[in-house]
Amino acid sequence: MKKKNGNYLLLATAIIVGIVFINSCKPKNVSSATSGDAAEKAYVAPGKYDEFYNFVSGGFSGQMSVYGLPSGRLFRVIPVFSVDPEKGYGFNEETKPMLNTSHGFVPWDDLHHLAMSETDGIQDGRWVFANGNNTPRIARIDLKTFHTAEIIEIPNSGGNHSSPFITENSEYVVAGTRFSIPMDNMNGDVPINTYKQNFHGTVSFISVDKTSGEMKIAFQILLPGVNFDLARAGKGKSHGWMFFSCYNSERANTLLEVNASQKDKDFIMAVNWKKAEEYWKAGKGEKRNVTYAHNVYNENTHAATSSMEKEIIMLDPKDCPDMVYLMPCPKSPHGCDTDPSGEYIVGSGKLAAIIPVFSFTKIQKAIADKNYDGMYEGIPVLKYDAVLHGEVKKPGLGPLHTEFDDKGNAYTSFFVSSEVVKWRLSDLQVLDRVPTYYSVGHLCVPGGPTRKPWGKYLIAYNKITKDRYLPTGPELCQSAQLFDISGEKMKLILDFPTIGEPHYAEAIPAELISKNSTKFYKIEDNTNPYATKGEKNAKVERKGNEVHVYMTAIRSHFVPDNIEGVKLGDVVYFHVTNQEQDWDVPHGFAVKGANNAELLIMPGETQTLQWKPDRTGVFPIYCTDFCSALHQEMQGYIRVSAAGSNVPITYSTGTNQPKATQ
Amino acid sequence: MKKIIIVSAIAVFMYACNNNTDKKETSSETNAVDLAKQDSLKKVNDARGIGKFTHVDIPEKLDAALAKGGSGIYDLKCSSCHKLTVEKLVGPGWKDVTKRRTPEWIMNFATNTDEMITNDAQAQAMLEECMVRMPNQNLSDDDARKVYEFMRKNDGVKQVSIKK
Repeated sequence: MKKKNGNYLLLATAIIVGIVFINSCKPKNVSSATSGDAAEKAYVAPGKYDEFYNFVSGGFSGQMSVYGLPSGRLFRVIPVFSVDPEKGYGFNEETKPMLNTSHGFVPWDDLHHLAMSETDGIQDGRWVFANGNNTPRIARIDLKTFHTAEIIEIPNSGGNHSSPFITENSEYVVAGTRFSIPMDNMNGDVPINTYKQNFHGTVSFISVDKTSGEMKIAFQILLPGVNFDLARAGKGKSHGWMFFSCYNSERANTLLEVNASQKDKDFIMAVNWKKAEEYWKAGKGEKRNVTYAHNVYNENTHAATSSMEKEIIMLDPKDCPDMVYLMPCPKSPHGCDTDPSGEYIVGSGKLAAIIPVFSFTKIQKAIADKNYDGMYEGIPVLKYDAVLHGEVKKPGLGPLHTEFDDKGNAYTSFFVSSEVVKWRLSDLQVLDRVPTYYSVGHLCVPGGPTRKPWGKYLIAYNKITKDRYLPTGPELCQSAQLFDISGEKMKLILDFPTIGEPHYAEAIPAELISKNSTKFYKIEDNTNPYATKGEKNAKVERKGNEVHVYMTAIRSHFVPDNIEGVKLGDVVYFHVTNQEQDWDVPHGFAVKGANNAELLIMPGETQTLQWKPDRTGVFPIYCTDFCSALHQEMQGYIRVSAAGSNVPITYSTGTNQPKATQ
Repeated sequence: MKKIIIVSAIAVFMYACNNNTDKKETSSETNAVDLAKQDSLKKVNDARGIGKFTHVDIPEKLDAALAKGGSGIYDLKCSSCHKLTVEKLVGPGWKDVTKRRTPEWIMNFATNTDEMITNDAQAQAMLEECMVRMPNQNLSDDDARKVYEFMRKNDGVKQVSIKK
């Protein structure tokens, strides 16, 4: 009996423990609505590598961030359109030309979208392109160095939003203007309410050199004054076409919130770019005088050059038949995404209650049959029903963007209803939906915009964070959420904060990039005109009121580290060359009172800091990047004398010079 | 019976722990942090150092062309830290280094810097003296040989014998 009781007692305890255990697993609030193995799925052990790189737009920070997936760890912020004092970008003499435009030096922009280079419709890990919205520009980042290698300004554009989107062999990157504006070659001083007469939109096709990646604006297409929003290249069977979403077909110039939402349908524009290329090569375009900057960074001189281009070739659809068509798309379409097969084009009307999916095969048939629903400003409009594959019914509220996996499924973000909806391309059935926290914008599936999605994960980039993180005053962090999409149901496995406001992002298998990563610059290959190769070449030279310091840095001293003979009114240029030839040994350089920033010099690199001393005295210089056990010893002094002083230029390291006479 | 279970449970647990630490050690790269932990008794004490150079034939007379090449490399990659006298700058002065060390040790150190500093007893002793890890300046094998010849020249080895 006793034994029996004991057993019962044991059983009861077990049950109680069990209940407590079950209870503790119950989700208490939204933040614990993750699956039990979430931590394991997002965990990358210390010292281990992530499976994917995630390149994420930095929105109004103007930069691009690089994360690891699935860990969500931030590796690097690549300065692109905004100055970055940490890296000296836009502050040192070598990178200032990168931010030159026809408006002069522009130190900030709004980076929304990026596009990774492709070969045969598959990410090749060579470059990533990004758009500057505000002062229209496209940048190319070299993925060997993670440096911004090139920036090209886009003329005849305002609000460069519909860019950059890339064709499947990186033949072209496109840039479409959000704002229609008076064209650059006309007198733009016109009343704003003459919008319908005087304002036009354009899309630019920027060719990409197959070897160097160098960009060139091949041609622009002159278009009616609508707003171009997003775009996506055809692929596979639709290679040779580019699809652009457009809104404001009402062509309103004020209170667009209301006035650009009058019509039931706006458009997705289909451009046959192979045809456009033929017209361009056949000389059908018109030369127009414009001015735009083209800035290129050279990895041997470690310096950028900026040149002004003066001409553009403009193709007018009037003179170029069969080049541009419009397809009606409900309610101010935003996302315009082509599936991996190239057959389906998904339009996402921001205010629509359905998602229309267009068929490339049907588009071709409608064009062949001239199955038009009239013309819009001289451009044929294809009949909606004739080009429609079907509509996803009641998917959610406020569809924005669609990405694809490798199993024939699409994932659409819904801003208004804060959710991601998974649906099947073939029969347009909704398969799953998950909430996001909160108000999701762009989505990213590794390889999602290409012919070969790598699948596995989906990242939602949210516009609003609210209560998801510890508060940091009125301004909260922006946020991304990682979902496991390997199974039938999407599973939230991680939240991680992002920089700026994240818009579009791409992810790519890590080894496609890591294997090519530059470790240091060979000092023998450094062709910067101010490079100092070896300490015995270090020197200080006066040229009028310019003082050029040819300085070396190595663990842990500068040569020279004692400089005299600088006078008030001089402009001093510190040309610092890092003599190290090993990975991960940058040196920094800073001088007291500099009105710009520091230098951060990679091994084998030369960078130049301009300094205008504002008073006489002795100014310290030091290395800002902890380089060795004797880093704190890596320092020196610059003496600044009065303007009329006769202190001669002297410089040294390690030996005290005889005291110069005053 | 119970005891056996407990013992085996502990054994399994310990095994798991051991396994874990083993993994950690192999996965972490050799760097300065790990150096501190390492037992100096485990260091390799071989006059030839550690690396691909196990035997280098050095002729009696100086090869002037090689030494000239070495001089250029010295200016660019070595002179920041090494004087040609006995005086220590960041690293030791080079005077008589070819008498103190074997050509293999020097060439291994120049080309296999990180492993030498971590595992070679003499390189480790130098680090304790200088406190700055010699940078890997990415010298090729040929570069290392040229630099060695330049060191020989610095140590007085002549191209032709003085007496005819």
